[in-house]
Amino acid sequence: MDVNPQDPKTTFPGEVHPAPGGGILVSKLDDVINWARSNSLWPLVFGTSCCAIEMMSTASAKYDWSRFGFEVARASPRQADVIIIAGTIVNKMAPVLKRLYDQMPDPKYVVAMGACATSGGPFFYNTYSVVKGADHVIPVDVYVAGCPPRPEALLHALIALQAKVKAGY
Amino acid sequence: MIEQEKLIAICPGATFAENSQWPTMLISNTDWRALAEQLKNNSEFNFDYLFCVTALDAKTHLTMIYHLESTTSRNILVVKAKIENRMNAEIPTVCDLWRTAEFHEREAFDLMGVKFLNHPDLRRLFLTDDWVGFPLRKDYDDPINMIKL
Repeated sequence: MDVNPQDPKTTFPGEVHPAPGGGILVSKLDDVINWARSNSLWPLVFGTSCCAIEMMSTASAKYDWSRFGFEVARASPRQADVIIIAGTIVNKMAPVLKRLYDQMPDPKYVVAMGACATSGGPFFYNTYSVVKGADHVIPVDVYVAGCPPRPEALLHALIALQAKVKAGY
Repeated sequence: MIEQEKLIAICPGATFAENSQWPTMLISNTDWRALAEQLKNNSEFNFDYLFCVTALDAKTHLTMIYHLESTTSRNILVVKAKIENRMNAEIPTVCDLWRTAEFHEREAFDLMGVKFLNHPDLRRLFLTDDWVGFPLRKDYDDPINMIKL
């Protein structure tokens, strides 16, 4: 699908028609729900290697992803909306990742952070243990390039995800 | 510094590597057990701390590398034990001398297929129990999971 992350619908979806004594809001319920959803995406605490360090940095004061509604990192998949695959997925980890994803309630979103989660990255050739891309295990919504990506890149990906959610994906 | 003569006295077949960071002793796998007992228990050496165990695949043979330190004299000694038989690589365990060797030897068994004689619990550590082969060996091949470059 086409999403333009440069132009996320950050404002409330709808029009206010002035009326005597106030106003009438005209909107679509689907749009309102998606707007609410996109601004409160709770990530799962999940990190398998160095990308997790960058993810933690994104969460902390300097980059502060709570500006975009991501601050409520959940230690249980049952309370999480988005899983950020921050690191290498090895064959032994793949069933665990699948299980975590299955335990997340719908609607759920997946961000593949960094080269390993996208394609296996530096472990693409001559390795016996690495899954060549987390999308072999679970469907991925947003891919982030980098090894590891900078916190700005992760924020950009999360904003792109918000645009996707707002677009009704 | 430990004098080489003292080491040769307890292990006559040993040679020594030049220009290495630490004194390095080259031995055969059959000499390792007797040497290890001396290094640990002989008060002249007192190597009570095994800080690294490495398995190396040199294609023609395997080598087990043991990094030892004495917490009293702070001497460091590296012992490289050559294992000629790749197909049936065996070396005596030292996990009764240094407890830390128990897991290190399991790891070396898991990934390099070195069999440690008299090890109390020699099974796979990182890989699944039904894994076939030893993936860190140079001749390891896995046509399903590996993409060769």
